[in-house]
Parts: sequence; C-alpha cells; structure tokens
Amino acid sequence: MESEILKIENFSAGFGNTWILKNITFSVWQNKITAIMGPSGCGKTTLIRCINRMHEFSPGATHSGKILLHGQDIYSINPITVRRKIGMVFQRPNPFPTMSIYDNVLSGFILNGIKMQKQEKDRIVINSLQKAGLWEEVKDNLYRKGTFLSGGQQQRLCIARALAMNPDILLLDEPTSSLDPKSTLLIEQLMEELRQNVTVLIVTHNIAQAARISDYVAFLYLGDLIEYGPSKKIFTAPENKKTEEYLTGKFG
Amino acid sequence: MIENRLKEIKQKLIEFSLLTEKMIDDSIKGLLQKNSSMLKHIIDTDEPRTNHLEIEIEEMCIETIAQYAPKASYLRTILMILKINNDLERMGDHAVNICESALFLIERPDVKPLIDIPKMAELTIQMLDDSLKAYIEQNAEIAKQVCRRDENVDNLRNQILRELITYMISDPSTIERSLHLLRIAQNLERIADLSTNVCEDVVFMVEGKVIKHHADQ
Amino acid sequence: MEKERKRILKERIFSFGVVFLAFTACIPLFLILGFIIKKGISAINFEFFIHLPKPVGDEGGGISNAIIGTFITVGIAFFIATPISIMAGIFLAENRKGIVPEILRTCIDILSSIPSIVIGIIAYLWIVKPMKTFSALSGGVALAIIMLPVVIKSTEETLAMIPYSLREASFALGVPYYRTILKVIVPAGLSGIVTGILIAISRIAGETAPLLFTAFGNPFMSLKITKPINSLPLVVFNYSTSPYEQWHQIAWGAALVLLMLILTFNLLSRIISRKWKVKF
Repeated sequence: MESEILKIENFSAGFGNTWILKNITFSVWQNKITAIMGPSGCGKTTLIRCINRMHEFSPGATHSGKILLHGQDIYSINPITVRRKIGMVFQRPNPFPTMSIYDNVLSGFILNGIKMQKQEKDRIVINSLQKAGLWEEVKDNLYRKGTFLSGGQQQRLCIARALAMNPDILLLDEPTSSLDPKSTLLIEQLMEELRQNVTVLIVTHNIAQAARISDYVAFLYLGDLIEYGPSKKIFTAPENKKTEEYLTGKFG
Repeated sequence: MIENRLKEIKQKLIEFSLLTEKMIDDSIKGLLQKNSSMLKHIIDTDEPRTNHLEIEIEEMCIETIAQYAPKASYLRTILMILKINNDLERMGDHAVNICESALFLIERPDVKPLIDIPKMAELTIQMLDDSLKAYIEQNAEIAKQVCRRDENVDNLRNQILRELITYMISDPSTIERSLHLLRIAQNLERIADLSTNVCEDVVFMVEGKVIKHHADQ
Repeated sequence: MEKERKRILKERIFSFGVVFLAFTACIPLFLILGFIIKKGISAINFEFFIHLPKPVGDEGGGISNAIIGTFITVGIAFFIATPISIMAGIFLAENRKGIVPEILRTCIDILSSIPSIVIGIIAYLWIVKPMKTFSALSGGVALAIIMLPVVIKSTEETLAMIPYSLREASFALGVPYYRTILKVIVPAGLSGIVTGILIAISRIAGETAPLLFTAFGNPFMSLKITKPINSLPLVVFNYSTSPYEQWHQIAWGAALVLLMLILTFNLLSRIISRKWKVKF
C-alpha cells in the first residue's frame, strides 16, 4: 500500500504582489517518482524550491498554505532541519570546487561541523557514490578535486552528496537539461534504482523524460495545477483538455 | 528499461499463443474422440481467458508506447505484437466455432469417415506452430516458408467443399451435418490465413519489409 | 584592387602602431629598473644586509634596521587591516544593494583617494601626539589605513564573482548562512583575497610620506613598536637628500632592495593567483 510522504495543501507562493503558484494541492507518495511538468514559467521551479524552503532566500518571497512532511507543516519546523531531510540537486552541477570528491560527498556533514569516525565516513562515501552510480569511475581518484569530472559525472557527484545526508525526499530541478544524452540516460536509469531508498520529486520540461521515468505526474500551467495522477493514465488518457493539448504539443 | 518491458510483453504473448494452439488442437481432438467435456472446457474456460489476455497485452502495449515513444525496431515490434495479439484472439474465436459445431456433430452419426478434416487440421496446426516458432526465434525464413503453405490448406478446403456438396445433393438428411463440417473446415482455413498474417508481421518486425498481400514471396 | 591594398596597408599600420605603443608603455619600467640596478648594485654586499648604519665618515655600514623596520611596520599594518577589510569585503559582497552598503562603498572610495601624506598627519594626531613619541605602531596604523580600501575592494570583487549556485548548494544541504560564507565562499575566493593582500602589501611597503611623521626613522636597531623605527623608504628619502656621497650610495642600495621586495611580492601574487585559482 502506498503511503503519503508529502502533502501540498492549498499552497500558493510568489514574490511581492505577484503570485507564481496558485492554490496547489496534491500528494507525493513514498518511494515513487513524481514528475512535475509544464511549459516554462508555469511555476514548477518555484514549487520545488518551496518544498525545501529555498524560496525564502529570494527577496520579497511570500507564500500561503501548507506543505506537510510526514504530517508536519514544514514551515513550523526549523528550515535547516527541513533542508537536511529534503535534499536537492540543481540544474547545473555545482560540486564544491575547493573540496576533493571524498569531501564533496561528505560536505553536508563537514560544513555543518558534524564529526565522524573515519570508518563511518568511508562507509557513507562508498555507499553514496555507489547509489549514485559513480563509484566505479572515481574510486581511484577520491582525493582529487572534482573539477576534472565531466558534466554528467559532476551531476552524479551532486546526487551522491545529497544522498549522503539520507534524506526522505530528493528534489531534482531539471537535473539533466544541461547534460549530454548519454549522461541523461545514465541518470534516468539511476532514478529507477534510487526509488527504493528515497522518494523522488523531479521537475522537467521534457515530456518524454517525464513519461519515461515517473510513476505519478503533476501538470502545472501558469501557476495552476491542471491535472495530477498516475503517469500511466495521464499519458494515455488525460482528463483535462489543457493536459491533452500540452501532451500533443499544441503549446509549450 | 524499455527492453525489460518488451521482454515482459513478449513472454505474455508466448503464453497467449500456446493457449490458442492448445485450444485449436483440443477442439479437433474433441471432435475425433467425441469428447464433449474437452470441447465444453474450451468454450467455457479457455476462451474467456484469451479475451482477458488480449486486453492485458493490449494495455501493456499502449502504456509502453505512451511511456517510451519507441522508435525503429522497437516500434515495429510493439505494433506487430498488437496485431499478433489481435490475430491470436480471433484464432481463439475460430476454435470456439469449431467446438460448437463439433458438439453438434459428436451427438450424431458421421456423414463420412473423417479423413480430410483431420488432415487439414494437421496442416493448419503445423502452420500455426511454425509461425509461432518464427515469432519466438525472430526467424524471417521460417515465416516466409509458412506463407507458402497456405495454398495447400486452401486447396484442401475446396476439396472438402466439393465432396460435401455431393453428399448433400445425394442425401438431404446430411445437409445439417455437412454444413457443420463445412463450418469447421472454413474456420480451419481462417486460422491458417491468420497464421500467415502472423508470419507477415514477423517479417516486418525482423526485416522492416512489408510482404503483405503478395501471393507468394 | 587599389582600394583593397590600401585597406590592408592601413590595417597593418594600425596593428603595428598598437603593439608599438604598448611596448612604449613598458619602456619607463625597464629604464627605471635598469637605472636603479646599475646605481644600486655596487652598494649591495653581505654587510649591507647585516650591519647598522654607520655615522658619516665611517666606511661601510648597512641598512639592516631599515629592512627589519619595513617588515615590522608592514606587519603591523597587515595584522590591523586584514581582518577588518576581509570582513568588510564579505559584507559588501553579500549585500550588493541597500543604502548602508552604498554609503560604505562611497566612504571607502573616498578613503582610497586621500593623499598618503594626509593619512600620515592623521596618524600623527591620533597616535604620536597622545603617546608623545614617534613609533612603529603609528607607522603601522597609517599604512593600515592606506591598505584598507585596497583589500576591501579586491575581496568584494573576488567574492562577488563566485556564482550564486555555490551558495545554493550549501544552503540545500542545510548549512546555516555564516558557515556557508566562512567554509564555502571565502575558501573559494581565497586566491583573489590573498592576491589582493599581497598587492596591497607591495604598495604600502614603498609608502614614504606617512612614515615621515609616524615611524620617523631610527639609526639603531629597534624591535619595540612603541619606539621610532627605521624603514627602507625613509632611508631612501633621508640619505638621498643628504650631502654625503656615501649616503647617496646607501640610498641607491636601499632603493634597489625595496624594488626587489616589491617585485617579489608582485610575482608571488601572480603565481598564487594562477595556482590557487578556483574554476567554477
């Protein structure tokens, strides 16, 4: 039976007087991949940045409504705690340039001043790099700085870094849009396996990608949630006309 | 990803095809052995199962197309699976028709000793078996060869028709039974045609060539 | 065809002219270097670096106290100015907009354009007068004031160039703001910050005017910061304006040492900039 890990309830967000997201409500199911798709400017990036409370960093950021993680409103908890439970991978890979690959994976702990035994650190590094499908390629170069890695490898390093914190949910903001097709394929295959350990929420403007990898999909348009449901249904027989138009390429 | 999904669907199709083959085989066996329970089993149990399988496989194919937007050989494979799926279900329906006529015939005395119909059935089942082999092995040569044998089945059907006409003219009381025998022959001939369809689809899947509607190629 | 050839000719002349003028700008540098080396090299020997200056008339003598003095005054300036200016640089880089940062930036710009001699006078009023003595401390303070705007500006510019994505990566891991700045942003900008400091040091090492009424100069070796102290630029100033030929020689030698020191810092900053530069 599927359990609900995140519930977005009547949630709106914006900047100053402009609302980007309007009254969004849907659930995210545990250990499933949920895709958020829609044309540019529909608010999908804003939504995902609200979930790990990064939206607040933007000047004039406002929001209303609730986002419940395991039943608890994330706006009633310390944002630092929220961000440690909900990891994020960005569009452009951003490993820390001054740290080695080893330290990069552990950066969530290092930067937060959390000390661990070497054994524990090794275990986390190997585990995270394996889960991110990067272990074989870097195991002989762990102490080198990450800048020699290719774009796809750097992105997998960022995924490993996020996974090392053992988050409940992993947010991915168009993670493959700056990568070559081969890296894109690798990361898509990764998603399938990641599902077993973590709940995945991925933003994408690529309909084919959303169709390929997601179990559930939410379609956003101009800040409204147009339709949400199991991918099998949405991509074969959507209920809303706008969804149908988007999927058949009439706009976006 | 898509490879695993296609493997799943192909397995299901093989399961379906084996069921269909068994249905046809048993329907003729039931006729020859005058075994009404075997015939009833086909109608009551096997046929609903084929309907269920057909829908299941169709849904899997549609979902796969929606999810993966397959191209080239994957596209041909999925489309042909859909068609073969459809053909198998129709073959099942023909088997049911044979069973219905068989149930009528086994209650009554034979019009004539059954020689041609079993012969036709043997050829038909052989064609079906080979077409399924061609599908499983992705072997276009076997497939093309099967298409050539369709003529033999057609000829046998025509022969049975001529023979039955003579019986019906000479003795009107045999008309009803003869018509049922003819129906069985017609259905066998249709099954053979559907087998050639399957073979044409296999050739398209493997080679990308269309050999449909050609007399012999 | 004529037009074509004329055009090519014009282009050639222009290219040549640009390169020629560029090299012309380097000529004063080479002339100065050559001149000072020529004049000063004869004064350089081992004694020069070890011995104290001798009274007029005596042979020999060195500038050991001036060399130490330069290091001490620059050192004091470094320890005073560096923490303040790095903090200020971080503040300005993190707050690009707003009235307070704007005011701060304007003040720093004004500070950097105050003549160094005026800064020397200020240091005299603030420190020399209350202490009732010239001192290395006051010299260091004056140099620190000159150093501040340079390091603040270079720190701000370095940190502003660091892409926002790095901050985001840190925030997304649940790292608080101050830790992000100290452990991610500043280390990433370390090369630029260090370069800025080295360039500032090489600049203040040669400042003479502010030291005239603060450090003042000292014929003896002094390590006390509350007492007057000698310095390389002071040696150049005092000895070159004296009537003694010997002292002129020493002045040339001091000028050469100062020049070498500044060149070394400059080269060092270039090397560090290249080696430590972080690519994003």
